[in-house]
Amino acid sequence: MITAERKPLDEILKLVGDQKKVLVAGCDTCVAICLTGGEKEAEILASELRILAEKDGRAVEVEHTAAIRQCEWEYLDMIAGKVAAADLVLSMACGIGIQSMAEKFAPKIVVPAVNTNMLGMPQEHAVWLERCGACGECVIGETAGICPVVRCSKSLMNGPCGGSHDGKCEVTTPEKEDLDCAWALIWDRLKAQGREEMMFVNRPPKNWSKSSSGGPRKMVREEAKPV
Amino acid sequence: MAEPAAVVEETAEAPKKPVDPTFEPEIIVFACHYCAYAAADLAGSMRLQYPSNIRMIKLPCTGKLEVIHLLRAIEAGADGVYAAGCLEGECHYLKGNLWARKRVNHVKDLLAELGIEPERVEMYNMSSAMGAKFAEVATEFTQRIKELGPNPVKREGVSPHAAAREALGGVAMPEDPQEASAAATVEEGLAE
Repeated sequence: MITAERKPLDEILKLVGDQKKVLVAGCDTCVAICLTGGEKEAEILASELRILAEKDGRAVEVEHTAAIRQCEWEYLDMIAGKVAAADLVLSMACGIGIQSMAEKFAPKIVVPAVNTNMLGMPQEHAVWLERCGACGECVIGETAGICPVVRCSKSLMNGPCGGSHDGKCEVTTPEKEDLDCAWALIWDRLKAQGREEMMFVNRPPKNWSKSSSGGPRKMVREEAKPV
Repeated sequence: MAEPAAVVEETAEAPKKPVDPTFEPEIIVFACHYCAYAAADLAGSMRLQYPSNIRMIKLPCTGKLEVIHLLRAIEAGADGVYAAGCLEGECHYLKGNLWARKRVNHVKDLLAELGIEPERVEMYNMSSAMGAKFAEVATEFTQRIKELGPNPVKREGVSPHAAAREALGGVAMPEDPQEASAAATVEEGLAE
């Protein structure tokens, strides 16, 4: 799923500025599952903003709502009334949802309350790990189902490098936790599958133009377009 | 060397604000049906005195308490809010009180971010046999809030107790009808 983390309150306040009617808009899909921007979290942020306004003696009206999915036009129709009544929308959706809102309700000011950070999986309750870089050309069929693009610190296509020791990467997380070496994981799994020879295939440089380096991407399914 | 002196100055406690003797805080208590609520009952049977500043809301378990419920009480003007659950390891639903402690701690962080004293929210644990502990906690917390002074978020005509009950919806358990009628009788008596 797409994961996101809430921005620090100071940054949110700067984005809100001195607007008088604020709508905190959650999204009940990916960001709700990662406990960042669903209806519950939208309600909490709205309450925080009201507490702060009351404490500082500012007259600000803060409401909250949530769309089932902010990234689809149809679901945005369902919250159009509340958006119309607001001066500014503080969206807690991922970057896609925020932009859909800004486009659908233009010229309404729509600002983000979260930083969208990755395509991750919940490894355990309340812990998410990055699993996909949306690179546009999937290689995990050759790498035992382990993505070297996001799980190798250097995104190496022909790993491991000299920084791999006892299955760990020489790079640590920002929290200084050890990271598994993706190529050590790939080797272990290929061995378990009896496909060690795949480790020795030389992979040519990856075509990054299919990733975001190639400019904004577009996908069209002609056979599925409405007639 | 000036440096050690500066360190001493930093760690010295800030002078306490003078306590306003007329300030009677309004405190919301989210009490677990299996322990704190029964402990309050026991405190009553034991004729123990505790401040009348606390307003109780009975929950089936403090584990049902969410971040927004605590925030709503503060937003509605409660001067202090605490959850009272079972002793750790003795939750009727196994881990409800441990969840509650995590959520209370999260609300402390949120309040600090908003510039409101995190000490206004707290988590306590007690068993149903601890009537004295219930009275002690109520006394200690009320004193703490008196020292902090009123919640900077005060709204005219808003009852924090009613707002917190409303935020909880069906989670809050109904007041004991026997108790309610007893209270009504006392009130009637007072009116006469």
